Amino acid sequence: MVEWTDFERATIADIFSKMEYEVIGPAALSRCLVVYPWTQRYFGNFGNLYNAAAIIGNPMVAKHGTTILHGLDRAVKNMDNIKSEYAELSVLHSEKLHVDPDNFKLLSDCLTIVISAKLGKEFNGEVQAAFQKFLAVVVNSLGRQYH
Amino acid sequence: MTSLTAKDKDRVKTFWAQVSGKVEDIGSEAMARMLIVYPQTKTYFAHWKDVSPFSPSAKKHGITVMGGVAFAVTKIDDLKAGLLNLSELHAFTLRVDPANFKIMSHCIMVVMANMFPEDFTPQIHVAMDKFLSALALALAEKYR
Repeated sequence: MVEWTDFERATIADIFSKMEYEVIGPAALSRCLVVYPWTQRYFGNFGNLYNAAAIIGNPMVAKHGTTILHGLDRAVKNMDNIKSEYAELSVLHSEKLHVDPDNFKLLSDCLTIVISAKLGKEFNGEVQAAFQKFLAVVVNSLGRQYH
Repeated sequence: MTSLTAKDKDRVKTFWAQVSGKVEDIGSEAMARMLIVYPQTKTYFAHWKDVSPFSPSAKKHGITVMGGVAFAVTKIDDLKAGLLNLSELHAFTLRVDPANFKIMSHCIMVVMANMFPEDFTPQIHVAMDKFLSALALALAEKYR
C-alpha cells in the first residue's frame, strides 16, 4: 500500500481545493496533444486538431480536459485506496478505449508543467515531489487492469 | 529521434533569448528539484560534502549543467558534432545513465514553466522538449 506523509496529504488536498478545473484541464490536455502529437490518435472525432492553435481553441478538447481532471477527484478523496478506486476506469481504458498506458504518463507530465506555471513559487521542489508521486500512483492504478 | 525543424530551432533560440538573464537560476532550481523529486539521482553526487538540494555544490552544478545546455543552443544545427567532447566526458568519465537526461530535461522544463508561465506555451514546450531530447541523444552518442 502507498504510504503518504502528512505533508503529501496536505499538499494534494490544497492543490485540488483551489483547482480551476475549466482552465487547468483544457490546458493540460491541449498541451499533451501539441507536445505529443501521437496522442491525437484517440481523438479522431474531435474535429480540427490540425495545428496548435486549433487544438488549444477546440471546445471538445476543452470539455474533455475538464472531464479528465475531475477524474482525479476520486483519488484526492481516497488517497489510501487509489488502486481500487481506479479498477473500473482501468478496465474501461483498456477494454473499451484501448489507450496505451504510456500515454497516462505523458498527460501527467503535461499536467505537472501546467500546475507549475499556475502555482509559481508555491510549486517548490517538495510540492512537485508530492504532486508527481500522487500522479504516479494514479497512473499506475489506471494501468493495473490491462492484460 | 526526429531532427529539429527550422521552426523548432527558431522557437528554441527565441525562448532562450527571453530567458537568457535567468539561465543560472533555472539551472540551480532544476538541479534542486531533480535531487528532491528523484532522490536516486543523488547517487551520482556521493562525493559531495553536502548533497542537499540548495547546497553550494548543487547550485554550482546546476549552473554548470545549464551552461552545457546554453552551449548546445549555439550548436543547435549540429548537436552531434558540437557535443562530441561533452559526450566523451559523460561516456567515459561520468558514466551517467542516459535515463537521467530525461529526468533533468523534465525538471528544466518544469522550472521554465514555473518562471516563465506566459512564455512557455505549448508550442515552445514541444520545441524545447524536442531540443532537449536531441541534446540527450547527442550526449549519449559516445556511450557504446
